[in-house]
Amino acid sequence: MIIIFGIFLLTLLVITALAIVRSESLFAAVILTGIFSLLMAANFFLLDAADVALTEAAIGAGISTVLFLGALALTGEHERGGSTNRLLALGVVTVTTLIVIYATFDKPRMGDPEAPVHQHVGAWYLEKTPELIDIPNAVTAVLGSFRGYDTLGEVFVVLTAGIGVLFLLSARNPGRPEEFPAADELDQGLRHYLVPRVVGRMLIPFIFLFGLYVQFHGDYGPGGGFQAGAIVAASVILYALLEGEARAFRALPMRVLKWLVAGGALLYGAVGVTSMLLGSNFLDYSVLASDPIVGQHIGIILIELGVGITVTGVLLCVFHAFAARGKV
Amino acid sequence: MTMAIDILSWLMLTAGGVFVFIGGVGALRMPNLYTRMHAASLTDTMGAVLVLGGIMLQAGATLATIKLAAILLFLLLTSPTASNALASAAILSGLQPDEGPIKRGAKVE
Repeated sequence: MIIIFGIFLLTLLVITALAIVRSESLFAAVILTGIFSLLMAANFFLLDAADVALTEAAIGAGISTVLFLGALALTGEHERGGSTNRLLALGVVTVTTLIVIYATFDKPRMGDPEAPVHQHVGAWYLEKTPELIDIPNAVTAVLGSFRGYDTLGEVFVVLTAGIGVLFLLSARNPGRPEEFPAADELDQGLRHYLVPRVVGRMLIPFIFLFGLYVQFHGDYGPGGGFQAGAIVAASVILYALLEGEARAFRALPMRVLKWLVAGGALLYGAVGVTSMLLGSNFLDYSVLASDPIVGQHIGIILIELGVGITVTGVLLCVFHAFAARGKV
Repeated sequence: MTMAIDILSWLMLTAGGVFVFIGGVGALRMPNLYTRMHAASLTDTMGAVLVLGGIMLQAGATLATIKLAAILLFLLLTSPTASNALASAAILSGLQPDEGPIKRGAKVE
């Protein structure tokens, strides 16, 4: 049964990808990219990767569509005519496709226990998670504790990307003017559209609450800082779309956002340094409490919180940077 | 009792599937945007209610049913809002309801 769903979803993925390539309206292409991400999320879910599916749905289908639309508002809506060398492009694509197809010949069957990925450290992680960390969601255990260094790296990648986008997009200081908006500036956004506004206002608290649930339930089910950060950011972006930028800046001023961006990564690093000061390795949470398992729990909750805060801050900064460009 | 629930849930799932199918056909074959939206909204309302209701009957009194009910509530709030936003965007961009592009083949005098 699953194989039928899988083939169905993959066929839809191919159709969507072709439609994205063929579409000349960039607006349609953006919407199709959102659909592509949603299909991809369903696919990940079929493969039992609920955490990845949640991330793909929240970031791929949600936030990046909004960011793409924000970028589209700054440029034209139509693709410029093809001036590139089509034969060269076709050649590159053909060669890459052949290489990828050739590579799949060596790929193990799906779910094969003899596959190399199950012979490496993965099995050890799964075996030791109940003993060393004792949380039901092994993904969070691997991400937060066993592979804490990698996740720290990812957080700093997000942080660096956010700073880069801010440097590229905000020629002027975006913090100043928005902090004390004039009265007429408060009437922007979709304030005159009654139905989206009423429904949106009704939903925002629940989206926020769900974000917090995903954040703090990451130990027990799919979720964690990355997904939660995207969902919380989505609720604030929805608020900004409905009520206008100025009101969103009143709720979360730029200086607070900057603190969030840096503070999350700082919290993550601080947990690592604390465990070093307590006489163990960097990011070894076992020393954070008298009981090593409790220490692991505290450490994972803290670093996931750091991840969530940074992701929220960066996504909101990028969104505001796009929106501020539109006004200039 | 389980038999009755199974039959009811089966009926709801099939009817939901039929509504989704009709909505899909309508969205493809209706002549202009507003009538297409009208057909597609069948998927959001009757289709979603019946399919999710059928699954809820299958799940029984569990946490899954509560989650499905939350999804249903969310869909019933968001889909009409999205339709409303789409329709008002179409009106604002100047597409008049009775002057929409007529499908090829169907000539109006």
